[in-house]
Amino acid sequence: MSAMFVMIIASLGIALAFLGAFIWSVRKGHYDDDYTPSVRILFDDNNSDTAKTNTTDIH
Amino acid sequence: MEQDINTIAPGDPVVNIAKNKCYHCGEACAQDTITADEHAFCCEGCYHVYDLLKVTELCDYYAIDDSAGISPDKSFYAGKFDYLDLPDVNTKILEFTDGNLSQVNWYIPKMHCSSCIWLLEQLYKFNPAVRSSVVNFPEKKVRITFEAEKVKLSELATLISSIGYEPYMSLNDIAGEQVKKWNRKRLYKVGIAGFCFGNVMMLSFPEYFHLGKDAFDESLRNTFGWLNLALSIPVLLYCASDFFKSAWAALKGKYLNIDAPIVIALVSIFSLSLYQIITGTGPGYFDSLTGAVFFMLTGRFFQDKTYAGISFDRDYRSYFPVAVSVLTGKAEIRTPVTDLKTSDIILIRNAELIPADSVLLSPEALIDYSFVSGEAEPVRRKKGDTIYAGGKQTGPAIELEIVRKVSQSYLTQLWNNESFSKQKEDQNQMLAARINRYFSVIVLIIASLTFAAWYFIYKNPETAFRAFTTCLLVACPCGLLFSSTFTNGNLMALFGKNQCYPKNADAIERLSKIDTVVFDKTGTITRPDDAEVVFIGSKLTDHERAMVKTLATQSSHPLSRLVVKSLAQVHSGTQALSHYIEASGSGIKGLFGSHTVKLGSAVWAGAQNDREAAMDAAHDQHFSRVYVSIDDISAGYFLVKIKYRENLHKTIDRLHDHGFNTYLLSGDKPTDQEYLAYIFGNNAHLYFKQKPEDKLAFIAALQEKMHQNVLMVGDGLNDAGALQQSNVGVAVSDDINNFTPSCDMIIDGKQLSRLPAFINLARHGQKIIKASFAISLIYNIGGLFFAIGGQLSPVLAAILMPVSLISIVGFTTIASNVAANRILKN
Repeated sequence: MSAMFVMIIASLGIALAFLGAFIWSVRKGHYDDDYTPSVRILFDDNNSDTAKTNTTDIH
Repeated sequence: MEQDINTIAPGDPVVNIAKNKCYHCGEACAQDTITADEHAFCCEGCYHVYDLLKVTELCDYYAIDDSAGISPDKSFYAGKFDYLDLPDVNTKILEFTDGNLSQVNWYIPKMHCSSCIWLLEQLYKFNPAVRSSVVNFPEKKVRITFEAEKVKLSELATLISSIGYEPYMSLNDIAGEQVKKWNRKRLYKVGIAGFCFGNVMMLSFPEYFHLGKDAFDESLRNTFGWLNLALSIPVLLYCASDFFKSAWAALKGKYLNIDAPIVIALVSIFSLSLYQIITGTGPGYFDSLTGAVFFMLTGRFFQDKTYAGISFDRDYRSYFPVAVSVLTGKAEIRTPVTDLKTSDIILIRNAELIPADSVLLSPEALIDYSFVSGEAEPVRRKKGDTIYAGGKQTGPAIELEIVRKVSQSYLTQLWNNESFSKQKEDQNQMLAARINRYFSVIVLIIASLTFAAWYFIYKNPETAFRAFTTCLLVACPCGLLFSSTFTNGNLMALFGKNQCYPKNADAIERLSKIDTVVFDKTGTITRPDDAEVVFIGSKLTDHERAMVKTLATQSSHPLSRLVVKSLAQVHSGTQALSHYIEASGSGIKGLFGSHTVKLGSAVWAGAQNDREAAMDAAHDQHFSRVYVSIDDISAGYFLVKIKYRENLHKTIDRLHDHGFNTYLLSGDKPTDQEYLAYIFGNNAHLYFKQKPEDKLAFIAALQEKMHQNVLMVGDGLNDAGALQQSNVGVAVSDDINNFTPSCDMIIDGKQLSRLPAFINLARHGQKIIKASFAISLIYNIGGLFFAIGGQLSPVLAAILMPVSLISIVGFTTIASNVAANRILKN
């Protein structure tokens, strides 16, 4: 039955790891701006020299 | 530059390309605009930006949003940002530098759509020295990392300005008093409390279901108890620290605030649980403890919602330019405003703000004091006159000699008034706090009586402790706290959706108590930059109208701009204008081939003789007239009449219907008195020629002598004192990202007619809080009934608490949404 203790410790450890990940992401500023990234991801990366050929419309 | 416009020669085939709409900024534009690459542009500035984007192959900009561009500021001049390279200023503006790479975080008020994000993040294409630029859209900021050796800060600012996004820098930035709005600590606290709450809940499950009593279960239960204790410590010491701090601060001030009973409950629950764990007598109530803290923090997180990008607390420094041109000999040096000394000679250009009280050295100046005094029309000043800080020059550049330092100027004196150091937020006055005071005392008395009865009468110490704790737990004032935080938080979001932005929840509560509404006039109930313009006189030919428009376009005088606006449909002539002359305070004159066109005062245009003009002016003061003469023959005049906001009459009527007193405080001269008297009712309270300090004193008198709760609606610096003194100061702005004086609420100009509805909604909010308090009271009484009897097991207590919380949160959310739908619909 000592398996129970191992499981408890393991589950707490995993939960702690997630808490650590959360704190890390807050510290890195992931929650500072919750709007801009959602817009940024929709932009096309257009590195070609002919910008005129770009016809995609993003609305 | 002139050549660019004139490339469209007469008879040029102007093709039918998206007529009347500028490809860059979307403004309506006439036929004679610049055309390039089959696109039309309303002005040179817009074309310039387009050209710049084309050269750097950034025309994708136009594919993201149609015509989203911004025409660059026309009053921009070379060297405007030179002061940024001064070492003093430089170090304060830079966020970070290691000598090679530097970083700035600039506020760009004009950022408004996804195209802006895209373009601002492509800055490296304009200048390779820019390493990266990252936009934070809600805060309207762009963080630029650049190589300091290759590009100067001033060059960077000029580059951004040239594509239409001028960064805004104020004295506050230089003074280094930037407030960090987003507090990550609150997020850490919510996260940690949530983590601990979840795990404590899980570890408490065996306890809820009364697992077996063999030796292993016993040791497991013991371990879980200690683990729960360990998990609760960070919640109590870190997550709940704000409650302790606020309660302690209140206690030091010798009063009890809303956090005090929470702290008492938290401490007593924790110490009882600690006692049970140590003595092995029970599992403790750590689940309830962590759960309560987690829910309370979540509630506050929503309530403390701040609108990034909107600023409520501004003082005079936000309005002043960072630097002005100081003339030493013939050289012009950009100097920070804070370094200005008396007897410095400064150069002020068109539309620049005068930072300090000074004496005019140039022959003449036309000063627009509208922001300071509310006076709508610019006043003429002559050489030797004193000009007060806060005025704006309209017309050609002028030279001034400083008389008083910035910090001692007339305008800044207003900020020394005591009402600016007064805090309006008095936690103790909030509804929840007032109810809570009695509530927590009663709960404490009931709990103690129960404890005493079990301990001394029935001689049952164990039940006594349990009954005492469950009493506190079940009847915890948290329910009350939740009802006000969630109702106010939800109301703030609803207000925000309707373009009315309260500063905090307390502002909503104060709004519900308002009984008097005071309005400012200029810019508040009138529409800025818009007026009814009618031409009276002999009918002008198309050609003549075109000449008038072209001439008026040259001047930046407000009246000229209004005349141009009224002639939007007229195609500017193709004939070149020459010999343009602007006489400050009189008018403008220009030559079109052999025709002389004059615009301006009656005397200037030679329309009538002096006496007649003076009589006319006395007759209808609220009209401004712009006289037109062509070849010295009077053709008539433009009648310019101020426009009031739509539905003004209905709004005031509705306020009267609901029993509000209304007043009008205007810094302007008494214009339109009859119309305003009609709108504001028969016993009209209209006050004119009010100086900023008069307005402040007036509000204070209403509050003290008449015991009224005053709502002040204003827009400019001249209202700053009154807004601060009033119970609720509402700033009206036609662009919420513009600069409004310090206030409690910012309302979009178009929504001003809904002011009565907003007040009504705030009142409903108070009713909802009271109703949800009644609901939690039912839970509490039911729970208490069992708790006093010592029959309430921890399971039931643990279930009852979240259920009551969820039902209260649900009720407040639904009720406030329903109320908002009903009230704001019409």
